[in-house]
Amino acid sequence: MARSQTRKPFKWAPVFDHTILILGALFMLVPVVLAFVTSSHSAVQIAREGIMFVPGSHLGENYSKAMFEKGGFTATIDGMVMLKNSLILGLGFALGKIIISMLAAYALVYFRLRFATFAFWIIFTTLLLPLEVRILPSYEAIQRLDLANTYTGLIVPLIASATGTFFFRQFFRSVPEELAEAARIDGAGPVKFFIDILVPLSQTMIAAIFIIMFVFGWNQYLWPTLITTDEGLFTLVRGIKQIYQTMIDANSIPEYGQALALAIIAMLPPVLIVIFFQSWFVKGLTESDK
Amino acid sequence: MKRAGFTSVWLPVALLLPQLSIIAIFFYWPAGWAVQSSFYLQDPFGFGSTFVGFENYTDLTANSEYMRIAWFTVVFTVLVTFFSLSIALLLAVKADKVIRGAKSYRTLLMWVYAVAPPVAGFMGIMLFHQHTGPMTDFFKALGWDYKILVDYNSTATAFIIVSVWKQIPVNFIFFLSGLQSIPRAVREAAMIDNRSGVRRFWDITFPLLAPTGFFLLIINITYALFDTFGIIDTLVKGEPGNNPMTLVYKVYMDGFRGNDLGGSSAQSVILMVLVLVLTVFQFRLIERRIHYS
Amino acid sequence: MAQVTLNGVGKTYPNGFEAVKPSSFDIADGEFVVLVGPSGCGKSTLLRMVAGLEDITAGSLNIGDREVNDVDPADRDVAMVFQNYALYPHMTVRKNIGYGLKNRGTSAAEIEAKVQDAAKMLDLSALLDRKPSQLSGGQRQRVAMGRAVVRDPALFLFDEPLSNLDAKLRNQMRIEIKALQRRLGVTSIYVTHDQVEAMTMADRIIVLNGGEIEQIGTPAEIYHNPASKFVASFMGAPPMNLIDAQLENGEIRMNGSTVLTAPSDQAYAGPVTMGIRPEDVVIDEAGSTPFTIEIVEELGAHRLLHGRLAGHAFTVHVGKESLANAGEVRLQIKPDAIRLFQPETGKAI
Ligand SMILES: Nc1ncnc2c1ncn2[C@@H]1O[C@H](COP(=O)(O)OP(=O)(O)O)[C@@H](O)[C@H]1O
Ligand SMILES: [Mg+2]
Repeated sequence: MARSQTRKPFKWAPVFDHTILILGALFMLVPVVLAFVTSSHSAVQIAREGIMFVPGSHLGENYSKAMFEKGGFTATIDGMVMLKNSLILGLGFALGKIIISMLAAYALVYFRLRFATFAFWIIFTTLLLPLEVRILPSYEAIQRLDLANTYTGLIVPLIASATGTFFFRQFFRSVPEELAEAARIDGAGPVKFFIDILVPLSQTMIAAIFIIMFVFGWNQYLWPTLITTDEGLFTLVRGIKQIYQTMIDANSIPEYGQALALAIIAMLPPVLIVIFFQSWFVKGLTESDK
Repeated sequence: MKRAGFTSVWLPVALLLPQLSIIAIFFYWPAGWAVQSSFYLQDPFGFGSTFVGFENYTDLTANSEYMRIAWFTVVFTVLVTFFSLSIALLLAVKADKVIRGAKSYRTLLMWVYAVAPPVAGFMGIMLFHQHTGPMTDFFKALGWDYKILVDYNSTATAFIIVSVWKQIPVNFIFFLSGLQSIPRAVREAAMIDNRSGVRRFWDITFPLLAPTGFFLLIINITYALFDTFGIIDTLVKGEPGNNPMTLVYKVYMDGFRGNDLGGSSAQSVILMVLVLVLTVFQFRLIERRIHYS
Repeated sequence: MAQVTLNGVGKTYPNGFEAVKPSSFDIADGEFVVLVGPSGCGKSTLLRMVAGLEDITAGSLNIGDREVNDVDPADRDVAMVFQNYALYPHMTVRKNIGYGLKNRGTSAAEIEAKVQDAAKMLDLSALLDRKPSQLSGGQRQRVAMGRAVVRDPALFLFDEPLSNLDAKLRNQMRIEIKALQRRLGVTSIYVTHDQVEAMTMADRIIVLNGGEIEQIGTPAEIYHNPASKFVASFMGAPPMNLIDAQLENGEIRMNGSTVLTAPSDQAYAGPVTMGIRPEDVVIDEAGSTPFTIEIVEELGAHRLLHGRLAGHAFTVHVGKESLANAGEVRLQIKPDAIRLFQPETGKAI
């Protein structure tokens, strides 16, 4: 009976589990890897053979052309400009959303407001309708306000939904009551309390929301497509289609290589942010719905 | 409202002002305008419009093309939701179980969240290309004469696969976090109570994940209805022709390409009502969700 | 019902940490054994190995006549009560209690009868259709008990089942669990970090420290003859007074001056740690040992006098009738009240 080391029968279950996970990971990974590999080939080759499975020799050329060669109808736009615009959209949207929604949530949670319930419903009804269902009227509104082809027209209408406000409201409500009471006893007014206590307390939440909003803003497609006809305002996500289409229109071989290079560049910043700030991002995502 | 609310009057108003004005200008005004113009028929040359009551709506229901698109949207939504939820659930259950490499799997299965839908669609163009796409080769090997953009079902299949691919990460993240919030002791108690891992999954884990699942159901339906726009637009290269499309895409086509303001607005309003119903449904489920914890 | 045999059972976690060093002991049929030790000493790990929730990485474990190292938890015929009760939140009390039976192919009628019995025994009959979220902490605890009882297993396993209850309820449940176990006669292993629970409930106590067994014995043995300084200081509240001293020729010297008579027959000589239970000391003007009372802790039925004996911190436990003023007194310490330990190894001499 005495045994010092236990012999275990071999277990198949973990092998099965890993097999499934590896297949899942490959399913997610392979398309992007293939896109990357293919982006290292010349346009002619891609047009003839499609997706490539081994790296080619045009990697540097495709990426530098995509980033630095002026293109488009007006030949004024290159990848760098689009990258800049994507950054402006992503950062502007995330920052704008966070600031505006934190202020609104603060007002709703920490003040005795007579019309608080009314304001709450006014704001939270917006959760119901994504921009996609009201694109046409929103577009009209932008036209009338003469905001087409401006950063304001690009960013601000996207902010007009209450996701962030909802999130911060939930978080503020979970902050212990005693904190505000202690702060008042210590002589902090509403502004001081917000800046000295609530904002520092919310740091993780802000980071989490920032990542989600940045990715959301960066990846916008429909709205930028409608609102920016001026190529100088194109974002990367918007621009891929444009490059691809101008190629079709020009009746030449589509610049697949460059377009793929641009696609890779367009996904790199948000993907890296999500990977590196994974725990914040997951926290923000899964807690924002409660 | 906190017990010890501040009493200032002008400050909260000032704090709410930015949010409220943005919402008023970019939400209520356009939404109201959409409802209003859905009752008007726009003059094709842009000179004024005539009140037509519910005609835009009745026209839609009588329009066989619109009904066909509506039907496709339903099928598309059901399939995308079903596949992305079940694949993600399977992966989440496995990722929750393994010890070795758990973190790497988590990263590998969620990063696609950050890929923009049109970028996903663009990769779809390459993979499903009529002549050179490996997926086309794959379907042909299975005996299916796969022709994207030519054959309705072929195009629909590409829509669905790319949309599922793009949506798996969100579902995976939520399912995994749902699984991880099941107390370890509850699972262990179940291990003592039941030998069969499969039975344990259906008796304990699955019911405990149900709230997450209901929540995700709504999220996925909303995704399939609206957020797939970028995928579809890219895959059909902006020229849907006889290819399948979703209701949102139709709103866009009629409003911006066809200049049918009234019809497009009526379609918008229909979608608004649809989302409203879904959201009410979701709120009722959230009540149940709170019940468990 | 069954006896349990551990033969060199040990656990090394995959990260290389040896949480339980190879340990051997037997538990007799129907015995109530308490595993006690400070937090992190490996109690739960050991219990979970018995349950089958952790792989055993060394040695062999028998329940009844069967070696169960590789047997699935569900097939070991054990029932477990968890610290957080681990009730299934989506099932009613009735379903929670019956779930283990259902999986073992018991008929619906029989399940219902057994659930009713268990519910009556635990005063849960009125709560059978509630969900766990609608129960108080004490009621949840009872449901967890019911889930174990209804199965009529060979072995009960408890992992700190009372630590989430308030003090009053804890005392009450302590008695109830013990009475229930007596009545059912099911072999039980009970894990706790609370030495009072260990003392009051156990037939036998196993004291664990740093993954190693320090001592196995009845509560009385553990209390009166601790096998090590660790056991001496862990069991008993207030703990045993431990004072470093010198033993020579049957005399114990503290700080060179104060002298006590050593327990009889001590051949050992050299440095020792002397242990004296606070209640084994009598205040007596004729006593030989001076003691300075600094603080009096009033506990109603008795008092604790904290002070200094030959410069060392020392506590004396006296009845409520005894005096309670700070100041100098003299103590009478009988030789047989003194326990001696090796200062380095901590083992009893
Ligand atoms: N999965 C694990 N991997 C590595 N070390 C662990 C693991 N689980 C527990 N430990 C360590 O083993 C020791 C014993 O843990 P445990 O048995 O839970 O202690 P306790 O006596 O408090 O119940 C602790 O130091 C703990 O940190
Ligand atoms: Mg423990």
